[in-house]
Amino acid sequence: MQQTLDIQNMILTLQRYWGKQGCMLMQAYDTEKGAGTMSPYTFLRAIGPEPWNAAYVEPSRRPADGRYGNNPNRLYQHHQFQVVMKPSPANIQALYLGSLRELGIKPLEHDIRFVEDNWKNPSMGCAGVGWEVWLDGMEITQFTYFQVVGGLNVKPVTAEITYGIERLASYIQNVNSVFDLEWGDGVKYGDIFKEPEYEQSKYSFETSNQDMLLQLFNLYEQEAKQQIKNGLVHPAYDYILKCSHTFNLLDARDAVSVTERAGYLARIRNMARAVARAFVAQREKLGFPLLKDQAKKEEA
Amino acid sequence: MGQTFLLEIGLEEIPAQIVTPSRDQLARRVTDFLKAKHLAYGDVHSFATPRRLAVMLTNVAEKQADDKQEVRGPAKQTALDQAGQWTKAAQGFVRGQGLTTADITFKKQKGKEYVFVNKFTPGKSAKEVLSGLTTAITKMTFPTRMRWGNYDFEYIRPLHWLVALLDQTVVPLKILNITSGRTTYGHRFLGGPVTLAQASDYQTALKKQYVIADSSQRKAMIKEQIHTLAAQNDWVVELDPTLLEEVNNLVEYPTAFAGHFDSKYLNMPDEVLITSMKVHQRFFYARNQAGKLLPVFISVRNGNQQHLANVVKGNEKVLTARLEDAQFFYNEDQTHTIAEYVERLKKVTFHEKIGTMYEKMQRVQLISQALGKYVELNQAQLADLKRASAIYKFDLMTGMVDEFPELQGIMGEKYALLQGEKPTVATAIREHYLPKVAEGALPQTDVGAVLAVADKLDSIISFFAVGLIPNGTNDPYALRRQAAGIIRIVKAEGWHLDVAAFRQQITDLLTTHQATFGLDFSTNVSDFLDFINDRMRQWFGQRQIRYDIIDAVLAGHGHDLKQMFAAAKVLQQNKDKPAFKATIEALTRVLRLSQKAKFNGQASLTVDPALFENQAEKDLYQAVEKVRHQAAQRTIEENYHALEQLRPLIAAYFDATMVMVDDQAVRDNRLKQLAILAQLIFSIADLNRLIVK
Repeated sequence: MQQTLDIQNMILTLQRYWGKQGCMLMQAYDTEKGAGTMSPYTFLRAIGPEPWNAAYVEPSRRPADGRYGNNPNRLYQHHQFQVVMKPSPANIQALYLGSLRELGIKPLEHDIRFVEDNWKNPSMGCAGVGWEVWLDGMEITQFTYFQVVGGLNVKPVTAEITYGIERLASYIQNVNSVFDLEWGDGVKYGDIFKEPEYEQSKYSFETSNQDMLLQLFNLYEQEAKQQIKNGLVHPAYDYILKCSHTFNLLDARDAVSVTERAGYLARIRNMARAVARAFVAQREKLGFPLLKDQAKKEEA
Repeated sequence: MGQTFLLEIGLEEIPAQIVTPSRDQLARRVTDFLKAKHLAYGDVHSFATPRRLAVMLTNVAEKQADDKQEVRGPAKQTALDQAGQWTKAAQGFVRGQGLTTADITFKKQKGKEYVFVNKFTPGKSAKEVLSGLTTAITKMTFPTRMRWGNYDFEYIRPLHWLVALLDQTVVPLKILNITSGRTTYGHRFLGGPVTLAQASDYQTALKKQYVIADSSQRKAMIKEQIHTLAAQNDWVVELDPTLLEEVNNLVEYPTAFAGHFDSKYLNMPDEVLITSMKVHQRFFYARNQAGKLLPVFISVRNGNQQHLANVVKGNEKVLTARLEDAQFFYNEDQTHTIAEYVERLKKVTFHEKIGTMYEKMQRVQLISQALGKYVELNQAQLADLKRASAIYKFDLMTGMVDEFPELQGIMGEKYALLQGEKPTVATAIREHYLPKVAEGALPQTDVGAVLAVADKLDSIISFFAVGLIPNGTNDPYALRRQAAGIIRIVKAEGWHLDVAAFRQQITDLLTTHQATFGLDFSTNVSDFLDFINDRMRQWFGQRQIRYDIIDAVLAGHGHDLKQMFAAAKVLQQNKDKPAFKATIEALTRVLRLSQKAKFNGQASLTVDPALFENQAEKDLYQAVEKVRHQAAQRTIEENYHALEQLRPLIAAYFDATMVMVDDQAVRDNRLKQLAILAQLIFSIADLNRLIVK
């Protein structure tokens, strides 16, 4: 490796690279979520016939994974670098490997493998087929060809590449704890995130107001359903994301029994399915504008 | 020398466990196709790596065999009209065969004359035949399939290239937008595209591009490399065949390497270290000559020796992070008592309709004590069983089992010992999960065996009590596997376990505690017995017991599994003996006649010798009484032979005695005699089900 990249330069490198491959550089979506997949830039855009190529960083919150900032690898919030390309290009694997080269990871100096790992997110009605990518035995990327999103079989198929930024950075910077990573300009990851990790863990496991969260879940659900009825896909989807995050907070407090758990997940899934259908209907009404743009591009 | 044909499918990385079966499937489909097309070939070689499936056939014939066939047409009388002209029927027939009326001959068949033609179809060239292989490729089946890009086509992974070469010639194939050619691709990083001059160059050309296409050759390389590393370091490495197979199908060009981890982690149980290495990282582990686990691992890189140090270092770092996690859990878990963990099980759902894990343990405490007494454990064993059954699921609440679910039971044993439990108790905790797979290891201790059976029985009757009964392929809680486990344990322990009687006993026992469990265990009892019978049928079937013998044993009146095993064994052993047919015929005659009476199944029947009218009746009576009184003390095999000995007496009886006489007292007396004998027969098997030739 010629020089060690800090996290912000890693992100810039990936953005430059995927931008060159035709991805739009989106920004993180401003509602809490457990994974970059749940951003509307992936979940909604993977549905329907329109092409879509995008890349973005997504801070992802997983309340149950919080460790009060004590565990060197587990975090309440980690960062994903998300790439989605639809339809999946024939050379998507090669493109991905190209991105590793940009990050200074030369395949011949390492052992890179694609190990089967089929991805599922039952609460969002999603399933895909793919791999985890191993770099010298470490999982650095989840690589998925979406097959079902929001309960709908998708066509064209979206290829999704999710880099775990902290994981990859730990490797590149050769540190054992994420808190020792350099974010940029000499500032450590721990300087920024250690205290929030502690507080969010304390909140998620100990001090959150369960009654309030239960009420919020119900209110968010009502609102999501109402807005689906109103045909307002995006507000509805925001409330589904809020339901999902609220459920994760309840789950982290063991406030949900196993029986109830299945019930909550089914409620989220039903909304995700409904919004997926509403999104296709909405895009169809608009005449699938991105299909026309593509046709124009091809003519030019 | 015939021609060599090569077919290669290039794919994105195929799941490791699917590589070998897919390789074999492709070879089978291609050869089936050639057989169906009558295109001869010599040897079949198949190849597979994560990125390719290939098959090579040697000595492929130049062309299909020509086809000469005599085809029968209409009868002569319909082929010719009265004027002796060819009818439309005859003309249509020859046209359909691509011939003319000039080709017609007449032949007699079954006394009638028919139109016949000799049809000759010249064989197509090998190239032409092989170009029809597309469907053999597209029809491949896989456990998971996927779509990609804009296609509707589903396959194991996206398809990238096709090589189809008959010696130097490309055989044209097309799937999606991919047409076959002579270019294959080497190792993803070390190799590049290769143009094959001819099919037979395949292996050598790929080897230059760092791909070992032959799976067994690749596996042999891995084995040899690992053996070399082991020999150099004086390590003992167990080459787990499943892991070796998986690793082999994760690489195209293997290079084995060793790495180290800090020996401080060796304070943890071997199973924890081995799980981290084997299951999570696909590493092999090593022991010293004395069998002690060493702080080293062996892995296999998909590549060569270049920059191997990097790879070693990376893998060491990953393993260390995993072991550090495990160490955290190991330490943390020991700061809580077993009682605390058991308490937490009250909050864990076993199944939403059944109740908590804690309630399950309470039921299993009752069932296991009843079973322990039933199979005559001693007082000390019953006491150990009581303790084990009160805590045996506690490790589910530990951080280690949460992180490594495959260590359930194993950690239970370790932690129980650390907390001062008796070894018999600790072992039973581990053993209650056994057998984990169909032919997996069984409990070695009696206490463990009783707990294992009690736990499985509880699961089955609880799911049955709430109506969750497996059907068809739907068995989400693996209850069939559990029933099969019970059968294997009972067999190995040699217990006389009457499943019907014991089921009744636990139903009564649990019903007295219905308020605690809130389930009605008296429902679906006959389903339960059928369910166990189905597993018995499978058990017998796997041991090649003839199917009619299985039917007979399962239809018999006994539910004592040990007696059923013995009955199947004795019938199987005797089925080909000369006396078998006559014995079975004599005994089934008794069964058939006894069915005419209402006495079948009645207990304590007695025969009145005062009503006998001939010597044969008397002789049979005396012999049957002897067999009857000894039956309970004797083995099934002895009882079978005792019944076999009755054959001449039965024959004499039927020769001399008319059973269905008008005198009711005499008739009933005789029917009672037959019913008593029938009960003895049914206690072995329902011999009516046997097919004797």
